Amino acid sequence: MTSTVPAELRYTKSHEWIKRERDGSVTVGITDHAQHALGDLVFVETPDAGRTLATGEACAVVESVKAASDVYSPLAGLVAAANASLAEAPEKINSDPYGEGWLFRLTPADPGAVDGLLDAGAYARLLEETAE
Amino acid sequence: MAFIPHTAEDVRAMLATIGVSDIEQLFDEIPAGLRAGELHGIPPAASEMEVGRLMSARAVADGNPLNFIGAGAYEHHIPAAVWAITTRGEIYTAYTPYQAEASQGTLQTIYEYQTMIASLTGMQVSNASLYDGASALAEACLMAVRAHRRSKSSRILMPRAVNPTYRKCASAIAGNQNLAFENVGFDARSGQTSMDALARWPGEDVTALVIQQPNFFGVLEDVDALTDWGHRHGALVIAVVNPTSLAILKPPGEWGEQGVDIVVGEGQPLGVPLASGGPYVGFMTTRMEHVRQMPGRIVGRTVDLDGRPGYTLTLQAREQHIRRSKATSNICTNQGLLMTATTIYLALMGPQGLARVATASMARTAELVAALGSVKGVETVFSGARFHEALLRLDQPLGPVLEQLARRGIAGGFDASADYPELGNALLVCATETKTSEDIAAYAAALGETLRAARAA
Amino acid sequence: MNTTTSPRPAEPTIFDLSQPGRSAAAQLPPALAADVPPALRRRRPPLLPEVSELQAVRHFTRLSQMNFSIDTHFYPLGSCTMKYNPRGCNQYAMLPGFLARHPLAPESLGQGFMACMYELQQMLTELTGMQAVSLTPMAGAQGEFAGVAMIRAYHRARGDLGRTEIIVPEAAHGTNPATATMCGMKVIEIHCTAEGDCDLEALRRVVGPNTAGIMLTNPSTLGVFERTIADIRGLVHDAGGLLYYDGANLNAILGKVRPGDMGFDVIHMNLHKTFSTPHGGGGPGAGAIGVAARLQPFMPVPVVGRDGGRYRWLDERDLPQSIGRLSAFMGNAGVLLRAYIYMRMVGREGMRRIGEFATLNANYLLARLRQAGFDAAYPTRRATHEFSLTMKRQARDQGVTAMDFAKRLLDYGFHAPTTYFPLLVPECLLIEPTETESKEALDGFVAAMVAIEREATADPAHVKGAPYTLPVRRLDDVRAAKHLDLTWKPAA
Repeated sequence: MTSTVPAELRYTKSHEWIKRERDGSVTVGITDHAQHALGDLVFVETPDAGRTLATGEACAVVESVKAASDVYSPLAGLVAAANASLAEAPEKINSDPYGEGWLFRLTPADPGAVDGLLDAGAYARLLEETAE
Repeated sequence: MAFIPHTAEDVRAMLATIGVSDIEQLFDEIPAGLRAGELHGIPPAASEMEVGRLMSARAVADGNPLNFIGAGAYEHHIPAAVWAITTRGEIYTAYTPYQAEASQGTLQTIYEYQTMIASLTGMQVSNASLYDGASALAEACLMAVRAHRRSKSSRILMPRAVNPTYRKCASAIAGNQNLAFENVGFDARSGQTSMDALARWPGEDVTALVIQQPNFFGVLEDVDALTDWGHRHGALVIAVVNPTSLAILKPPGEWGEQGVDIVVGEGQPLGVPLASGGPYVGFMTTRMEHVRQMPGRIVGRTVDLDGRPGYTLTLQAREQHIRRSKATSNICTNQGLLMTATTIYLALMGPQGLARVATASMARTAELVAALGSVKGVETVFSGARFHEALLRLDQPLGPVLEQLARRGIAGGFDASADYPELGNALLVCATETKTSEDIAAYAAALGETLRAARAA
Repeated sequence: MNTTTSPRPAEPTIFDLSQPGRSAAAQLPPALAADVPPALRRRRPPLLPEVSELQAVRHFTRLSQMNFSIDTHFYPLGSCTMKYNPRGCNQYAMLPGFLARHPLAPESLGQGFMACMYELQQMLTELTGMQAVSLTPMAGAQGEFAGVAMIRAYHRARGDLGRTEIIVPEAAHGTNPATATMCGMKVIEIHCTAEGDCDLEALRRVVGPNTAGIMLTNPSTLGVFERTIADIRGLVHDAGGLLYYDGANLNAILGKVRPGDMGFDVIHMNLHKTFSTPHGGGGPGAGAIGVAARLQPFMPVPVVGRDGGRYRWLDERDLPQSIGRLSAFMGNAGVLLRAYIYMRMVGREGMRRIGEFATLNANYLLARLRQAGFDAAYPTRRATHEFSLTMKRQARDQGVTAMDFAKRLLDYGFHAPTTYFPLLVPECLLIEPTETESKEALDGFVAAMVAIEREATADPAHVKGAPYTLPVRRLDDVRAAKHLDLTWKPAA
């Protein structure tokens, strides 16, 4: 089972993706690989706007019938917005993990920190290694 | 060999299949130094007949007193059908409904139970039950801390009028997670939790306020005022209730302007025998918005591959087998057997029957208070309206009085003086629908004679 | 089936049977009057059914018939010890004198019951090699809680406040880490070796001055005996930590090895497993704990003591350092009575035979299944009282998973083994036959597994669609979780 890893995004080892927005904020979601591993999502909990997050802080929960997983903030910063539509339609993460299934938007404390995250090539290699 | 079906021939054939010469060889991975010796402290096997004879003698030795003790466990009539069905092998010897298709009986029963308990308490959702009422209160306090995200204090206001054992149990179970339990006093005249005492926490961060209705003294609290106080001060409100009383008393879901947030209680009065304290069944209900913070099993109705309705465990991602160290609780099972008994009991009583039980219990207690209150040396402690328990003060130390009553075949009540020394020789008594006017008169006569003898001695 | 008609449940709910004005009249007490203050009165009656006694009896009897149970089916659910629950235990625990006894009745009206509890404490102490036993925990998970809370209290009483970590092998049951969290501890998980033992190197790396203790199940949840137990004990004790024994698998070693002799400081026992009290559709259990001498002052109360010829309750006044009370009264008394009766019928020699025949049955079943071509998860190891198969090969080659085998077994009249636990074993079936099953029952199970394997090769879709013969087919769990329907509602 191969999962998609869009080239323009950044990634974490814990399977979050990060997209740089024009206004300097970043959008965060979970990867195609992660949604596959979890199965049909039935519940998502997103962080409230205005919350300050540390790097690696557990800040969201994605839950399927057989598993529940924390989502960790890839960067330190302030939550600018959360995807409220997931409360009614968590399956968006399964159908469109990199689009409509986004989790939250973050204003990073250090905009340069995004460069320290995994690029698509490194994340794809990580997936191959774990598959072995 | 008790309960082991193997013949000598079976054992030979099985060992040959495994490829070992004797059973002992199957334990060859256990270091020799660890092998146990003879178990001298365990008696030799006895037949069912022999053990039955011993147990019958011991059960009889415990007497069968006329019981006037309540204090968290209540004697009610239990329809014969309740335990005749509950002890059917298909219920009694099944396990947790992991394989939903092979457990529809248990699952549908839980769904019906959840419906009855949610409605009885006036709340939206119920879990499939917890161990007992006391541990359910501990779980409710932990749940309140999870559910109340804005509150940072983990402060739980716990009235002293709440059952003392429940308070101890809550702090033993929840205290390890840094919850701060703070006492709220009661009004010395009415026995109700004091609104004045609550004024100690003006504008402070309170996570939850606990309200027991009726409270430990049997007194009815002003639940509307207490609930509104809690909500006005930003706290969640946890109700501890007697389920029988809810047939006639306002359900916690309707207390105050908004209703409470979490309800727990002891389900024992609903078809479970006194039986020395257990197994009983704790219940817990809440609002839909908090369902994911609720501990324990929950059953939902869904459909199968052919579109037929069926029942299954749901929201399992909250539980320990998936969430491990981040689970809502370490609890695994519910109290399945007792939950079943409770559901059958409620089905047999119906709304009318349960209301009759509640009203009759209340009436018998009023009769008991009047009868005992007219005995010399006995006075009622509190003036507040009560359900089916009352606190009396005696002019003699309770220990010897209760012992004398026991000799006359009467379990006279619960000695509350250790928990509430300021109330003197405080005796908590209870009468339910199981007591007749003759029973009550017999108790009053026995108490009068016992006190007279004690004063003379 | 006809898809144009709406499907009907196999048994309507009790609410569907309800008619206003109907009642089980024989159960009604006399109508007395009482004065509820108007502000506190209930305005609308609760949603309880209005049915006749026969309707209720028939409804719940029919529901019961939709269950698998030990009394009706072989139930080899791994780690759950689904052995025969002797009927005599139930009958004698439900004698009227025991049922009528109020938990707060004077001790003079409880000497018979208390004698049973005292002797049960003594027997469990002997059987486990511990110093003392408290019967109050109401389930295995509460026993675990009591155990870790005592470990915490022990360290704190010594002023050793830095010990905040509990080590748990990754194979452990989920309650272990959940319990440690409930006790305010940090959970440190460590790996197991390929042969299923605890990884001593990993343990050496994490054990130290922060270690409060380690939680172990032995035999482990992988169905094998922890051979390095003496080394583990040495490492943890030398570091100042304590050893906690999860008694989930005590049945395997009953009468053969005692946890106290293995060096454990505290244990819990699942009386609903090892001592054959009923599982009741998921509870009640009973999770008695046993302690070494140094933890005795911290035991949960009450326990039964003996002064001269009289039994009495020991409470906080006798054990001022107790971790406190875990239940409203003294725990699941009725369950404890059943365990007591069972132990008296099994007796001294029988205890040893439980461990022996549970192990014989598991090893026989494993040998037969391996001969039939199934794959053991730990092929070089002896089975204890249970063992795990891996259905990895079937999942890869036929697309038929452990879950599919489990569901199809239901059609063959066998309850499924535990599936997907332990998590370490891919496509795992954890199988525990118990000592009370006959050779014929085990042979029948093997025949069913072989038949399903054949079906999986010939027609995998058929196996994947199972079960077919039960009241419902596979249920939509996703829908259940997304569209929560948790209570019955009257039709609008």
